[in-house]
Amino acid sequence: MSGAMLARLRQIVGNDVETGPDSRPLVAPRSVDALAAALGAAGDEGWTVRIEGGGTWQAPDAPADLGITTRRLNGILSVAPADLVATVQCGATIRQLAGKLAGHRMEVGFDPPGSPDRTIGSVLATATAGPAAHRFGPIRDSLLGSTIVAADGKLVRSGGSVVKNVAGYDLSKIQVGGFGAFGIIAEVHLRLRALPAARRTLVAQGMLDPLFHAARAIVAASVDTTIIELYANAPPRWTLVVETSGTEQGAEIEEARAREIAGVPFEAGDSRSTVHAFGEAMTEAPVTLRAGVLPASLPETADLFTESLGPGRLSLSAGRGGLRWCGSPTAAAAMELRHRLAAREIPLTLERAPWAFRMAMGHFGAFREGVRPLSDRVRDVFDPKRLVAVALEGRANG
Amino acid sequence: MAAPLEAALAAIVGPRWVKTAAAERRTYEADGLPTHASVPRLAVLPGSRNEVIAVVRLLAERGVGWVARGAGTGLSGGALANQATVLIPLTRLNRILSIDPEGRRAVVEPGVVNARLSEAAAPFGLYYAPDPSSQAACTIGGNVAENAGGPHCLKYGTTTSHVVALDVVLADGTVATLGSVQGEPWGPDLVGLFVGSEGMFGIALGVTVRLEPLPQAVRTLLADFTAVRSATEAVGAIIAAGVVPAALELIDQACIRAVEASIYAAGYPTDAAAVLLVELDGSRAAVDGEFAIVEPILSAHGARSVRSAEDAGERARLWQGRKKAFGAMGRIARDLVVQDAVVPRTALPAILDTITDVARRYDLTIANVFHAGDGNLHPNILYDARDPELSARVARASKEIMAACVAAGGTITGEHGVGSDKIDYMEMIFDTTSLAAMCAVRRAFDPSERANPGKVIPLHTCREWRSAGVA
Repeated sequence: MSGAMLARLRQIVGNDVETGPDSRPLVAPRSVDALAAALGAAGDEGWTVRIEGGGTWQAPDAPADLGITTRRLNGILSVAPADLVATVQCGATIRQLAGKLAGHRMEVGFDPPGSPDRTIGSVLATATAGPAAHRFGPIRDSLLGSTIVAADGKLVRSGGSVVKNVAGYDLSKIQVGGFGAFGIIAEVHLRLRALPAARRTLVAQGMLDPLFHAARAIVAASVDTTIIELYANAPPRWTLVVETSGTEQGAEIEEARAREIAGVPFEAGDSRSTVHAFGEAMTEAPVTLRAGVLPASLPETADLFTESLGPGRLSLSAGRGGLRWCGSPTAAAAMELRHRLAAREIPLTLERAPWAFRMAMGHFGAFREGVRPLSDRVRDVFDPKRLVAVALEGRANG
Repeated sequence: MAAPLEAALAAIVGPRWVKTAAAERRTYEADGLPTHASVPRLAVLPGSRNEVIAVVRLLAERGVGWVARGAGTGLSGGALANQATVLIPLTRLNRILSIDPEGRRAVVEPGVVNARLSEAAAPFGLYYAPDPSSQAACTIGGNVAENAGGPHCLKYGTTTSHVVALDVVLADGTVATLGSVQGEPWGPDLVGLFVGSEGMFGIALGVTVRLEPLPQAVRTLLADFTAVRSATEAVGAIIAAGVVPAALELIDQACIRAVEASIYAAGYPTDAAAVLLVELDGSRAAVDGEFAIVEPILSAHGARSVRSAEDAGERARLWQGRKKAFGAMGRIARDLVVQDAVVPRTALPAILDTITDVARRYDLTIANVFHAGDGNLHPNILYDARDPELSARVARASKEIMAACVAAGGTITGEHGVGSDKIDYMEMIFDTTSLAAMCAVRRAFDPSERANPGKVIPLHTCREWRSAGVA
């Protein structure tokens, strides 16, 4: 079978197909059309497909008839600083994009956990925003429009390259955090932000309670912060990172306000390198989870994670809410925690894990009323034969 | 034999809330857009969540299509029913169910008026950011359907950025809980899909929104220009300088004069070619810092004066002129088409020249009042709908403006929606496959296509996607 597959794929993408580590074909399309053609062939033949990004966040370990990697589909097609929009292909990395944008004194409004060599497609498909969501909102707010490829190779466009657009249904939304189950994100228009003239950072170390109360006091006083995040690589020792930004004077005044209101001893630091270091640590263990929890319940939810899953790395967004955890739990323990959290109306999403774990737990579960059938029917639109290997709901929920 | 539909609906909501008389039904024949009119078969006004569900279930049993409606302030002919379909105004579901000051959340019924929510949140130092010009009348449910915007969406985002959870009823009568109070969904982002679906995916029975803290400081500036082009170039320069004001609005001379001749007179200079209304908000330091950047840009681009509102009263007056501009224009023309399109900000100067040219060629009066910072245009065409020749010219001019915006890299609607009005423009920006995918997603929510039938997506494009898609 593999020989015939290779021959068919070579007809479509020429030499951009090789034999992958699993001895299956691995296609590396160089254009959106080639990606669509490869998926179209898979759809015709009924081959299952694994989509791979850079492999730094999620190991490319889903069993499938063939792999498709986005690593060569990595163009930054345009940057329009005055319009605050960039058009980017899915295989471009965070590092590559940040470098290009810095030349225009621009940035994107998200700073995802994991390696800077993660691809934009991975960040969007997993909706892994970082602490900048405090200022700029969840990652969906950065996506203005997209071209996606359905599992049968059809190209579907929605949204556009302008910042405000309500023409047609916003199909881009379902791709963000859809883990590839609703089509493959091929090309996107991203909203840009101007780099601030100045950033100021406060870093404090200590136990969770005083740091959390300091963070909440800063939020309650509406201090103009861009980041307000609590981290623990080894609880009970926590780090609070507060960043203010804007004009030199503005960032400084807000920093002084934060310092005064917080009432905990701060040290100077570099928020970006601190955030990146903690973010990279979120891939040091095999499993990363996130919970949708309001700020007031963050400490008790963090305790619940530690109690249920054992030691792990944590980050808590003190402004917007939300918790991320990275460790080595069993799937059974993680699913048990999902149900305990669901009883508190807190959704738990599996962000990354080895395939067997993903299959057992599913990225999603403990669905609220009516969500599962809707999700299934929308997935039927984009991948009716379930050819793209995504453990959206997992066996336990199946 | 089943009871007649009217009687069966009356059994659910009470006879007084089923409107069957011609005069009553005619009050629902249009929304805020005068170019489309259609009288519903009947209107039924449920008074509670359970009544809405019961009404939708009954209509599902009878196979009757329906159209949900808020305050009817929409500008795309979206909330119109016809002789075959039932209109469901949701204005009786107007309770604010809860406000959580610490979590900065509110849960509201769909008929709650937009401005009322901010009023209710104000004692807690909070407000609801999306602020359409019709906010004194329009409802949150309607805002959800349209993904409504408003001047302050430049900095804070449109409705979709503020809705975290929805309690919905689908056209088959099943209910679903989309999203969560924090905003993280229990699955894929169905809230994101539902918001802006123009009433074609179901009815929102409960809406959980994020509230924002009232800004510590607000500074509202009025800059007047002797040329529209300089004003639009100043807009681009402000954004390019890295400042995203809370709002950045342009009002041209035709509109200024209409406002100043009305009871909403805001003190705009009537000899200006255009004024920019710039609002900066945030911490005092941030506002001062941004003012120090914005003021010289406005001056450098030829602003004759840059006036800063002295107090809350003056600020309110400057804004009233902007928000009531459509009403003010209503005084000088019998009818008004408020158009809506978006271009990249850098294309604003050229597109305004094009609009001026279109007005001249079609011999029409077009006044512009719009969200310049977003590139979101609102050319207002003043006319008399009783004159068919004039109406036809208005339609042709509108289409030409849309085509020019699309050619400039923009889109056919930024915040008013497609509805009935722009359905024929959809193929200007989307290919058949993409439109067919939209249809297929709609059918995932409403397989029988009973919710607001015939809107948004051209019917002929819906055939292209694979049948049902279930393996």
